[in-house]
Amino acid sequence: MNNDMKPIFAKFPNAQRDDLIPILQEVQEKKGFLSREDVVSIGKYLKLPASKIYGVATFYNQFRFQPRGQYNIQLCRGTACHVKGSEKVLDAVKRELNIAPGETTRDGVFSLEVVACIGACGLSPVISINGEFYAGVTQDKVKVIIDSYRGKAEEHDSEN
Amino acid sequence: MTQKTDIWKTCESCWETTGIPCPDVIGLFLENREGKTGAAQDELALLRREKVNKPVIFIGTGTCGLGAGAGKTLARIRNYLSEHALEADIIEVGCIGLCVEEPLVDIQLPGRTRVSFSKVTEDKVNSLLDGVFSGAVEKETVLGQFRQDGLKPWPDIPCIDEHPFFAPQTRWVLANCGIIDPVSIDEYIAHGGYKAFAQSINGMTPDEVCETVIKSGLRGRGGGGFPTGKKWSLTLKTPGDQKYFICNADEGDPGAFMDRAVIEGDPFRVLEGLSIAAYAIGATKAYIYTRAEYPLAIQRLRQAIEQAIKYGLLGYNILDSGFNLEIKIKMGAGAFVCGEETALINSIEGKRGMPRPRPPYPSVRGLFDCPTAINNVETLANVPPIIANGADWFGSIGTKTSKGTKVFALSGKITRTGLVEVAMGTTLRRIIFEIGGGIPGGKKYKAVQIGGPSGGCIPEQHLDVEIDYESLKAVGAMMGSGGMVVMDEDTCMVDIAKFFMDFIQRESCGKCIPCREGTKRMLETLRSITRGRGTEKGIDSLDRFRGIMQLNRLAEVIRDTSLCGLGQSAPNPVLSTLRWFRDEYEAHVFERRCPAGACVELLTYRIDPEACRGCTLCLKKCPSGAIMGAPKSPHYIIPDKCIGCGTCAQVCRFNAVKVE
Repeated sequence: MNNDMKPIFAKFPNAQRDDLIPILQEVQEKKGFLSREDVVSIGKYLKLPASKIYGVATFYNQFRFQPRGQYNIQLCRGTACHVKGSEKVLDAVKRELNIAPGETTRDGVFSLEVVACIGACGLSPVISINGEFYAGVTQDKVKVIIDSYRGKAEEHDSEN
Repeated sequence: MTQKTDIWKTCESCWETTGIPCPDVIGLFLENREGKTGAAQDELALLRREKVNKPVIFIGTGTCGLGAGAGKTLARIRNYLSEHALEADIIEVGCIGLCVEEPLVDIQLPGRTRVSFSKVTEDKVNSLLDGVFSGAVEKETVLGQFRQDGLKPWPDIPCIDEHPFFAPQTRWVLANCGIIDPVSIDEYIAHGGYKAFAQSINGMTPDEVCETVIKSGLRGRGGGGFPTGKKWSLTLKTPGDQKYFICNADEGDPGAFMDRAVIEGDPFRVLEGLSIAAYAIGATKAYIYTRAEYPLAIQRLRQAIEQAIKYGLLGYNILDSGFNLEIKIKMGAGAFVCGEETALINSIEGKRGMPRPRPPYPSVRGLFDCPTAINNVETLANVPPIIANGADWFGSIGTKTSKGTKVFALSGKITRTGLVEVAMGTTLRRIIFEIGGGIPGGKKYKAVQIGGPSGGCIPEQHLDVEIDYESLKAVGAMMGSGGMVVMDEDTCMVDIAKFFMDFIQRESCGKCIPCREGTKRMLETLRSITRGRGTEKGIDSLDRFRGIMQLNRLAEVIRDTSLCGLGQSAPNPVLSTLRWFRDEYEAHVFERRCPAGACVELLTYRIDPEACRGCTLCLKKCPSGAIMGAPKSPHYIIPDKCIGCGTCAQVCRFNAVKVE
């Protein structure tokens, strides 16, 4: 078993089937995505075949099987956002980053995720980047917002 | 951050350490018996902000507030206070409901009433605080002042309850939201919280609690509208060693956010409602199933549960009544179908969130095969005041079949977006045009979409319908969770139907064929009529027409044969738009024209050579390189390359781009 899984499993002593989703969430929280090895070791711990775990994990929108970018853009496609033009915002983000929802840019800086509703419908259209919310986003604002993160990413690079 | 209080001082007779209050003292307080000293009364008044010793600054930091920039405002306020060496309490509250005016900041100075300011962005903090601390306020940013007896009101400032957004509302569920500190149990108790719970477990049998709720006429606020008390009573009567209560906080409905706002603004209310409900059905274990997309709500719930345990209001032998309760939070993992109770149960058990046929109902065989009752956040938030004030009080407002209030999340093309709580039976027109302030930009109202993907669109001629569960069904919509998205003339109804169908077919769990395949076919049909004809080959156009001919019938079959509520209500957006906006469908099908100008593939862009000055701005901005032309001579668009994004029309300064 991977050593880094031990602290996660320690949080779930006597784990049962109903702990599966919380464990998956913990692993994803810590590592950013669910790798094949992690799924196998969860399976060993819970005495479940890996196929069952994939069956559950692929059912839910939350779980990812590829690493995410440094900045994860969550774009809300709820009804209110749709009515206020989030489709155009999505197009603009796709054009700006040249990736489709669910993908990560080649340099690993940005990933794009489309979510059903963030629950800030009063301020639509909304995007959230690493948990920071941007309200009333328009096509024009997309470039400004993304550029500001590009700047941060470069700073980050030069520091390292 | 709250003041240190000593109302819960441990009594002399017991060995509890400070910090953890004595259950006897809390019990005494909740049951309103004597034992409250004058000093305690003073502390309570402080907690209720009937008076304050130093300035208190409230700031709305719900998800919506933070989205509008409340975090930066808060930091600026902290800076201001330390720069000026001022002592003041800063309290982060939830959302008062007026999302459009956020960030909202309220200030209460000692001896004066609390006054609320809107759109306090970072840059406005200094001048605002300068003004308030010198005893004058800027009229432009002020929203209104609260009515508080015994405090000196600010001159010439209107009361907040006279604001057109608040005046027509009846705020029961949202009473504390945005007003009190959401993470202070002291403050919640000072405002009368937990009395209903104490009253239930020490003065009523579970049967009596169920009876009271049945008598009140409370119906589930999550969608179907099943009588809440009846559900509880069924679960109570089913024999079982272990019973469970589940609070459904997995608000997956796009366009609805009342559960998030209630949890963020008043988490103890939800806990209290859940505790009473668990007692009423004889459950000792309860789950709160909440969306992982609501991190702040989860954090607030965690804090609230911790405090309630510390105060002995959760756990073992609560308030000496012999009632035990354990509450666990389960994070959902993003599946709309988990709003369906049997799917939600599967998800908690660690399986794929797929529904199963009912009966057996969860009240007979639910979580881990034990009797289980499920209610959503808003329903549970209604429970404490029903117990505290009685069934008749709750039934005093509403319509014949629907009692009490309903919270709606107002969004879309409307002036004042936010959370609105009105008495059942209020007209849609009142909500949209009075509370919501109508449609901005001088546009015309077209429809309001109620109830999310399970609901429907309501046109102008039905705006005077008095809202309750039955009347909404009669006009082809549904209460659902209460999302209300307003649309103006620029919204295409076919596009809206397509949007919902796209959502539903992605969220269908795939267990039953009508929902899995049917919604996909419906989406294909809707796509085919909103698409340009250029891509059609061979028998594509025949397929398109066959789809159109069968659309209505297909919708009816899906509705009648699906396994769960998701599939049964999936065709509603299509059926209701077909019913009220048939002319738009016809324009799309026969004329290949989108009257609202929203379906991009049906629009053609053309540059008027007379008006074009050849500034090359559109050429530079066009993302697909569809515009050609030399500087200072008229440009033209190559139709095959044009993706219809409309950027050229937006950037053109000479109004030369024509849309048809």
